[in-house]
Amino acid sequence: MTDETNPDTTDADVMLTPPDPEAHHAIEVVDLYKSFGDLTVLSGIHFHVDRGEVVCVLGPSGSGKSTLLRCINRLEEADLGRVLVDGEDITHPDADVDKVRTRIGMVFQQFNLFPHLNVLRNLTIAPTGVLNTPKDEAEAFAHEMLERVGLSDKATEYPSRLSGGQQQRVAIARALCMRPAMMLFDEPTSALDPELIGEVLDVMRSLADEGMTMMVVTHEMGFAAEVADRIVFMDGGVVVEEGTPDQVLRNPQHERTQRFLRMVDHN
Amino acid sequence: MRQRLASLTPRQRTRVYQVSMYVLAAIVVLVVVFLTDWEKVQKNFFNVDVARDMFPEVITTAAVNTALYTALSFVLGFILALALALMRLSSLRPFRAFAIGYIELFRGLPALITLLFVGFGLPIAFGWRLPGGTLGNGSVGLAIVAGAYMAETIRAGIEAVPKGQVEAARSLGMSRTRTMFTIVLPQAFRIIIPPLTNELVLLIKDTSLFFILGSTPQTKELTKFARDFMSSTRNATPLTVAAILYLLLTLPLTFLVRRLERSAAKGR
Repeated sequence: MTDETNPDTTDADVMLTPPDPEAHHAIEVVDLYKSFGDLTVLSGIHFHVDRGEVVCVLGPSGSGKSTLLRCINRLEEADLGRVLVDGEDITHPDADVDKVRTRIGMVFQQFNLFPHLNVLRNLTIAPTGVLNTPKDEAEAFAHEMLERVGLSDKATEYPSRLSGGQQQRVAIARALCMRPAMMLFDEPTSALDPELIGEVLDVMRSLADEGMTMMVVTHEMGFAAEVADRIVFMDGGVVVEEGTPDQVLRNPQHERTQRFLRMVDHN
Repeated sequence: MRQRLASLTPRQRTRVYQVSMYVLAAIVVLVVVFLTDWEKVQKNFFNVDVARDMFPEVITTAAVNTALYTALSFVLGFILALALALMRLSSLRPFRAFAIGYIELFRGLPALITLLFVGFGLPIAFGWRLPGGTLGNGSVGLAIVAGAYMAETIRAGIEAVPKGQVEAARSLGMSRTRTMFTIVLPQAFRIIIPPLTNELVLLIKDTSLFFILGSTPQTKELTKFARDFMSSTRNATPLTVAAILYLLLTLPLTFLVRRLERSAAKGR
């Protein structure tokens, strides 16, 4: 059963004991492979996020960072390898994906708010429908989350009436309404006009300050340097280098990391 | 002549052509107007006495039946189409194959053949008839045909909803089914209301085929009613009345479609 070469991992425990949330990484990715047709996007990824940790994933476009993130809640199915969430193998055929997803909030580059529902309904449709939260309770919590992202006056608006920055903040509130244990951010500011990026990063920063477990795929170097506990640099479908922001951004060891940071700096 | 035309500027030449078109059209109209026996036309197509005799039954029975047949055909056809569209998009190959076969079969057949199968084929083969007489048999027959057309419309609507909508819903823990019914279909229907309304207009007109199933005075729809009235009066006015009533049903719908399409183009 233990075909792992790395003696440091606790895979033996994972296999033998029932999931114990305290004993495992929040997210653990073991030897993950994924290709689209002939194109190999992930080739043997090892990756983890600890509880309460903020991990920013950097890398050039096409490096596989978004695919890695999407494999973690199985929006993308890995070809090989395992993804463990709180120690539970969610790539196992018997895993209840829908249930796992309720514990993982996700924020998309294109916001993906539901255009036919107003803001409040966007926030309550999953809690009432999936978690069976009573309507008044779900709405009260939704108002709380809207206040938290600074949009308490927009509850009855439709998404098309909001700016991009406001839409993304609603999307974050929508994910928070499921009371997730962790949040995945897939380039949350890449579709925004420059002047709207700040308000979204502020919300994310406050989430990190409150101890939310976060995995953030981003191009915002400043945010990564300031907020991340750990930075993972990916290129060509593998993790090239990881460490604290100081280590990776100021003193990169790998030539590919250095080249990437030079290119970003010049922009 | 040719030389004189050639010496004109392009703009003058266009003007000459335009004027000659108007003159030609005026000549045709004048010839028709003078050669037509207007009294005969009036007596046979717009005979007020004949038209008056059609009322009120042409409304209370015929037009009401047309509306009823259309409504039932549309509702049954829509339910069938929704099921077919979902099968067409299913991940299970037998479902997809069945839906594709069904859609191609009934789009390729004349509606009249399908009506005959339902109304006469079933009783001959099994000694068993669908309940509901003309209403039941005709509506089921038309619904079978309309379902095939509307299934493709609904499928197109579902496919027009951005993939990110499904991903967002699934990432919130919604099941496939819940995502389809609460997120995808409401958006798809908004997109396909104009083509579905067009389908309704087609159905209004297709109910004129119900005559083939036989009729009693109570089950006649507009066309059959007008045709029988024409035979008994030896006058074509009933057709004119029926035509006007059809337009009163269809024109508001086509105007509605145009307005919906315009507002859809503007975005919400």
